Amino acid sequence: MAASPDFSHFVKTDAEGRSRIDLAIDGITCAACLGDIETAMKRLPGVMNARLNLTSHRLAVTFDAARIEAGGLTGALEAIGYRAYPYEQRKVEADEAARFHLLLKCLGVAVFAAMNIMLLSISVWSGEGASMSNETRDFFHFLSALIALPAAAYAGQPFYVSAWNSLRQGRVNMDVPITIGVVLALALSVYETWRHAPQTYFDSAVMLLAFLLAGRVMDQAMRRKTRAAAGNLAALKGENALRFTPGAQETEENLVLTPVAALAEDDRVLVRAGERIPADGVIENGASSVDESAITGETLGKAVRVGDNVYAGSINGDGALKLRVTAAGNAALIDEAARLIDAASAARSGYVRLADRVSQLYAPVVHVTALATGLTWYFFLGAGVHDALVIAISVLIITCPCALALAVPAVQAMASGAFFRAGLFLNDATGLEKIGEIDTVVFDKTGTLTLPEPRVANADDIPPDLLDLAARLAHSSSHPLARAVALSARSAPPLPDARETQGMGVAAPFGQTEAWLGSAAFCEIESPGAHADASAIFVRHGARWARLLIRQTLRPDAARVLDRLRESGLKIAILSGDRSEAVAPIARGLGVESWSGGLKPADKIAFIDERAAEGAKILMVGDGLNDAPALAAAYASLSPIDAVHLTQTQADAVFLGDRLAPVAAAIAIARRARGLMRQNLAFAVGYNAVAVPFAMSGHATPLFAALAMSASSIIVTVNALRLRGPGKAVTLLLGEPKNSGSEPVRKAAPPNPVAAPSA
Amino acid sequence: MNVLIFLIPVALALGLLGLYGLFWSLKSGQYEDLEGAAYRILQDDDIEKK
Repeated sequence: MAASPDFSHFVKTDAEGRSRIDLAIDGITCAACLGDIETAMKRLPGVMNARLNLTSHRLAVTFDAARIEAGGLTGALEAIGYRAYPYEQRKVEADEAARFHLLLKCLGVAVFAAMNIMLLSISVWSGEGASMSNETRDFFHFLSALIALPAAAYAGQPFYVSAWNSLRQGRVNMDVPITIGVVLALALSVYETWRHAPQTYFDSAVMLLAFLLAGRVMDQAMRRKTRAAAGNLAALKGENALRFTPGAQETEENLVLTPVAALAEDDRVLVRAGERIPADGVIENGASSVDESAITGETLGKAVRVGDNVYAGSINGDGALKLRVTAAGNAALIDEAARLIDAASAARSGYVRLADRVSQLYAPVVHVTALATGLTWYFFLGAGVHDALVIAISVLIITCPCALALAVPAVQAMASGAFFRAGLFLNDATGLEKIGEIDTVVFDKTGTLTLPEPRVANADDIPPDLLDLAARLAHSSSHPLARAVALSARSAPPLPDARETQGMGVAAPFGQTEAWLGSAAFCEIESPGAHADASAIFVRHGARWARLLIRQTLRPDAARVLDRLRESGLKIAILSGDRSEAVAPIARGLGVESWSGGLKPADKIAFIDERAAEGAKILMVGDGLNDAPALAAAYASLSPIDAVHLTQTQADAVFLGDRLAPVAAAIAIARRARGLMRQNLAFAVGYNAVAVPFAMSGHATPLFAALAMSASSIIVTVNALRLRGPGKAVTLLLGEPKNSGSEPVRKAAPPNPVAAPSA
Repeated sequence: MNVLIFLIPVALALGLLGLYGLFWSLKSGQYEDLEGAAYRILQDDDIEKK
């Protein structure tokens, strides 16, 4: 096995000299893993404590840096069959956790207050008129105020802060009417308590907060779970680079395997033949050809030499390169992409969320209604100032957007759960609404319709035993063609005593004779001539041999998913940066009529803008750097998890795995979610249409308010729960194996190349 | 109704106790790993091997 990487970048040392590292772990399937992992860690010399979090699949280890290196920890985990990589908690994730805790505390306080106030309120309501003396009632009201005021001040923070922020920006969001409603209800109730009046609304105000907080906690919990899983995936990509120790002489001895996250500008790294280029950089030494399909979509290699820029994510061909790492954004291509993204996203930011659209209308309507009601009672119906005010405020309390404010978040929480189970991560909540509205799907070719890494194209024509042998040999090489072979076959144990001849092939004793995998010359076979559009690699065992053709292959379910999308009435197009000759057969195979090849990022945007001008709402699915601007320009966007970082950040959602099914699932779930949101909003509006006349006529007693509020909240929440299902239905339809959707984190992991330890 | 003087503080105190419990459990990280805790009890690494 190769030397373990230098993880010192991730290790934190506390004042007492203990080091701590957080590892993201892949391969946890059951609870038994918990014991295995922790015991394995604690047996290592120098490890003081190891604690695995079974929910987030992270392991925290405290150890003595003098006795064991961090690399030894991951090595030990790998030996028992778990892939691990240091994990750096990003700030967003810490923020999400803090926000979740705050919301949970607020919910706790609100529920405590609501329960205790309800205890008092129900006594008041049931004792009304006869059995309860006025003094007792006033005392109960006073007690309610004592509980409600501090509780509302604490539990309402999330709403007050958000309302204030939105008002300062000159906008109105849902939290503004909520805040106004709560504050007015409390103020009125305090006044009524002071006047010894029979009715107060403390319970309504606090219950409103409790219901809304419950919805937000649900939403936040789901978001946090998604974020943690996405963080693990990012960490487990775990790319390493061979870095020359800074400051030391640039010789072979000073090469250290370093995590990409620890690379800094001006570091010198060595990229050997067939390796993925770890960071953007300028070539200082060497010449090679690089496969930039992850960046531009072009599948033919590009020759590079000293002074050329190369980009992270491209794959080095057959020459070793020494790079000087440059900061991202330094490169012309990335600058261009970033400029296009800025321009495109400015045009897109005009989208207003469904809930905000409703609340922009809702707030003024409700407040005007309340005002009009008060004035009417005062001027025309002869009510006193106090009575008119009470009725006006009771209109506000009754309409208080309990159902309205829950209608969307409840569906959102359920939908992100459904996304998660279907192997999708939502980057942005607005994405959900937008994906539900699209009518055209535009695919990129390389890495989106096709698998990100090339595979054996003619696997069906090769005798299974030779293919198996090829895969076992391929595990011993890091050459891109060998990796393609290894990926194509089921995980087989590597052959012992395999010897690699750099750039030529791998040989190992097998059975009575030798087995070879490599170029025709290496296998000593007469080459049957080059094959257009595919690279060939040969496998030979004794006298038998086979030619494996390696090329980009379609995702296994691409045709079925596209058929299904067409059936559901969506238009489909392919836009590729690759040559037209390479795109044509794929478009033909998938039955897509609208396609074009050889496009620059700006051309893709032009195509999208043109369609958008005709009124189409486009979902762009792409992975390359060249797709990033198009993703930003499209109405909604998706990208696979293997996509370049910049591209992923532009996508509304990211999907996992080798299959294209999540794209269909995303559309199905989003459409259904959008339908449910609209149903819920319609219900909320209908509820108000019934309840408001009650309040306007002065019949909205606190009891009525409490009943109406809880009933409407429960109805919209239950309606949102109906979202469990469609994602599953889509996966079943496409014939996915039963359990593949349930554990997206595991599904994403590439097959472990060092599978099946001999123990 | 004089019993109220006794009952209401009791009700409030119980509620506050529950609330304190929630705050304590949040602070001490009880919600960090809801799945793992259920299995941790089955581990017997705390039993001394004799």
